[in-house]
Amino acid sequence: MQFMGSVFALAITAIFVQNFVLSRFLGLCPYIGVSKKLDSAIGMGMAVVFVMTLASAISWLIQTYLLNRFGLGYLQTIAFILTIAALVQFVEMVIQKTAPALYKSLGVYLPLITTNCAVLGVSILNISEGFNFLGAVLNGLFAGLGFTLVLVAMAGIRERLEQAEVPQAMKGMPIAFIVAGCMALAFLGFSGFKI
Amino acid sequence: MTLLQDFTKGFIKENPVFIMALGLCPVLAVTTSVENAIGMGLAATFVLVGSNFMISLIKKLIPAKVRIPCYIVVIASFVTVVDMSMNAFLPDLHKNLGLFIPLIVVNCVILGRAEAFANRNNLIRSILDGFGMGLGFTLALVVLGVIRELLGVGTLLGYNILPLGFRESPMLVAILAPGAFITMGLLMGLLNMRRKTTQGAE
Repeated sequence: MQFMGSVFALAITAIFVQNFVLSRFLGLCPYIGVSKKLDSAIGMGMAVVFVMTLASAISWLIQTYLLNRFGLGYLQTIAFILTIAALVQFVEMVIQKTAPALYKSLGVYLPLITTNCAVLGVSILNISEGFNFLGAVLNGLFAGLGFTLVLVAMAGIRERLEQAEVPQAMKGMPIAFIVAGCMALAFLGFSGFKI
Repeated sequence: MTLLQDFTKGFIKENPVFIMALGLCPVLAVTTSVENAIGMGLAATFVLVGSNFMISLIKKLIPAKVRIPCYIVVIASFVTVVDMSMNAFLPDLHKNLGLFIPLIVVNCVILGRAEAFANRNNLIRSILDGFGMGLGFTLALVVLGVIRELLGVGTLLGYNILPLGFRESPMLVAILAPGAFITMGLLMGLLNMRRKTTQGAE
């Protein structure tokens, strides 16, 4: 029971209180760039959840059994980014061979994920916050879900904004930032939570 | 395209942040104060110049198919240099910027310049381009930092600017997350407006 409780607390923290996009400012490029259409936002979100969970697991293993064991902590940045790049490439190949239908919907987003700072960010955060293996994997999963939640919500709002009357100079990117500001304001309501 | 243009185009005309909307994460995250903004900007500038220099040197040796991983290794090495020297010489700043120093690796400005410029141009032009883009990036960070620190705390670089009454109850939201997004949106809108009017005049 206590285990379920701590999983729940981790989920609420990663999805709402410390939302990756709106309170930690990670993964903003896809948040602004891929949120024009609802379909592509969902595709991107799923791909990110998948890669973030896997990257959390693998980077934790590398840090614990490779970098820490041989005293190579200073190589963390290089090791993690290479792992993520290789992982994304690998996932892309596996999906392409085993599930062509899934590849069609996720394929275009996968290469973009290598340079998504949310993935590298969660890998480094897992280490600096001292999670154990299960904690790191769950944190990656929930952080990815939090990212997907705001990405999809943003896409929903922006599809409606297409019909709205926005001043000429504010069209496109500027108004998207204002909307993001309003969403962040709403998420600020969670910031007092401590579970 | 002259050498001077290679250097200055990053300031306004092709500003990586306001015009091309690249590398947004650190821009919004570390601009809670001008000091952090300058530190981040200079760190990114160093990495940009270093990676442009290196990639321009070895561009003929890299096979086209694996160029992106090669760029990432080069960039990550320079980021590690910045990370460790900042930790040694400026520990306070290093603590403030925290996670965002290693995250310079995935800053799309740097990878973008490597792919779009250093890969195709000679050494001198690549260095100038990296330097100009880095300064443009720093400029954008400082502009946001000035606005947010002034409104959110009432100071600049730690010096008191606005009257005591304001500093006692500042617009706290400006240094919180929503303030970052809204300031950024308004600044981009302002630049769009300026661009429209100058284009209209021509």
